[in-house]
Amino acid sequence: MKSLSVPVLAGLAKFFSGATVRWVGCEPDSCQRVYFANHTSHLDALVLWASLPKQLRSITRPVAAKDYWDGGPVRRYVSSLFNVILIDRKQVKAHNSPIDMMIREIGSRDSLIVFPEGSRNPTGEMRDFKSGMYYLAKKRPDLEFMPVYIDNLNRVMPKGEFLPVPLLSCITIGPPMWLETGERKQQFLSRARAEIVKLKEQDSNEA
Amino acid sequence: MPLLQSWFDRSLLDGKTLILLVAILLVLGICWIGSRLLRRQPAANLDAAIIRTFDNRVSAWLMICLLLAVTMMFGQILTVVFFFFVSFWALREFITMTPTRRGDHRTLFWVFFLFTPLQYVMVALDKYQLYTIVIPVYASLFIPGRIAMTGDTKRFLERIAKIQFGLLICVYALSHAPALLYLKLHRLNLTTYEWEEWDGKPAGVLLFFVVMVQVSDTLHFAWDRLFGKHVIAPTVNSTRTWEGIIGAAVGTAVAGMLIQLLLPVTPFTWYGAGIMAALISVMASSGSMTMSAIKRDRGVKDYGTLVQGHAGVLDRIDSVCFAAPIFFHVTRFFLERPEKAAEVTRELTSLLPF
Repeated sequence: MKSLSVPVLAGLAKFFSGATVRWVGCEPDSCQRVYFANHTSHLDALVLWASLPKQLRSITRPVAAKDYWDGGPVRRYVSSLFNVILIDRKQVKAHNSPIDMMIREIGSRDSLIVFPEGSRNPTGEMRDFKSGMYYLAKKRPDLEFMPVYIDNLNRVMPKGEFLPVPLLSCITIGPPMWLETGERKQQFLSRARAEIVKLKEQDSNEA
Repeated sequence: MPLLQSWFDRSLLDGKTLILLVAILLVLGICWIGSRLLRRQPAANLDAAIIRTFDNRVSAWLMICLLLAVTMMFGQILTVVFFFFVSFWALREFITMTPTRRGDHRTLFWVFFLFTPLQYVMVALDKYQLYTIVIPVYASLFIPGRIAMTGDTKRFLERIAKIQFGLLICVYALSHAPALLYLKLHRLNLTTYEWEEWDGKPAGVLLFFVVMVQVSDTLHFAWDRLFGKHVIAPTVNSTRTWEGIIGAAVGTAVAGMLIQLLLPVTPFTWYGAGIMAALISVMASSGSMTMSAIKRDRGVKDYGTLVQGHAGVLDRIDSVCFAAPIFFHVTRFFLERPEKAAEVTRELTSLLPF
């Protein structure tokens, strides 16, 4: 049953978002990666996951908010299909750190999709990144951090809406980055944010 | 064999339309191979941009005609479904380019998932009375009403006009092309000068229309390059000239007459085919001018480059959209009930003072 509904879900997500994927300065690869993207819509995690090549989908796990994806049987079913790691935003505690949980979940095989802004910004402007990504990079320096710019998906399904409008969106995946030796938290986070801004500017220059 | 024969009889094609279809696909196929070869050349003396444009257009048209050919083999419904998908995609491109606001979201949902399919369902059921008014009247009342309820008044009139225009061009206008398949037409017998029922397949009229739009686009492009001097509106498009419009209209008229004389796939008389072809050409030209103007206003060059990597459907069908309703209505007025048309014409001419 699951082997049938997973491609259907991916197909639906791709159809409604009309997403094209561009790999700029990088290629799809099965090595362990962390895709970090700007967050504009509830569909972000699903569409980004769906637009990866089929072989990568089964080993890529989006990190998403528990309060959204746990709300109701439909969302719970959908989230079970695309291997979401659900994070409880309200109960972040030292002994129950989401970063440790992510590292535990991915083991030595899976990749992650994270949204370091933490929550969606209705104006579309990118917020500052939360520090989780830095601790992830510090504990697992072998992971490749891939910047992803998601364009126009906030119009497909804006905050507070539950029905999608099938516009066209675009996902740009940029070259990988790593935590440099001795790089401080704030430096790393603003460098990561700048990578996404760079993809965004490239995008609007070419169009 | 008899099975194949009966299947062919039930398809939208007959001998003549099939020959025309094969001829179009052959010409496009040769052009496509030619443009592929040209692209491989180092091309010092050739303009790369022109070749790329040519290649894009030929590929797109080859794709459209192949799909049209396949759907026509399987009957009217599938052809209507094909046009539905074209409309849907074109509307997607149009709304993606148009800045809408949060408050438009639910209205857009109904535009995409109610009005667009409904239009094509009504075309497939041959409900002329409904599909001619639902979008221009009911949708144009629904859109502002629904947006007003969201309470977002910023650039209100501009937003409803944009959504309404997109729906009108991409869906309403284009749906008149497959609607041609449902017309029951008559032809004028040129020896007896009497109207008789036309026994050809309606796909011939649609094919004639599609071919004439392509011929017109090609001739327009050629005339602009070869003889173009007086640019119509440099702010809209720096290559479109008056010579192009007139040359394309005359050339398309000649092509229309030739097709009708060699391979009578439509119920038009030979001169009727010429007039209709010229009409298609003028409408097609104004269609691409209008869409160019919108693109300039939004600061995009092609709908295809709007979102990286998408094939711009709207770039290819803008001329079809503008020509379809006019061609449909003129054909319907004169050839569906010719006595009625004669009567209306008489009444109108009796109003003239001379």
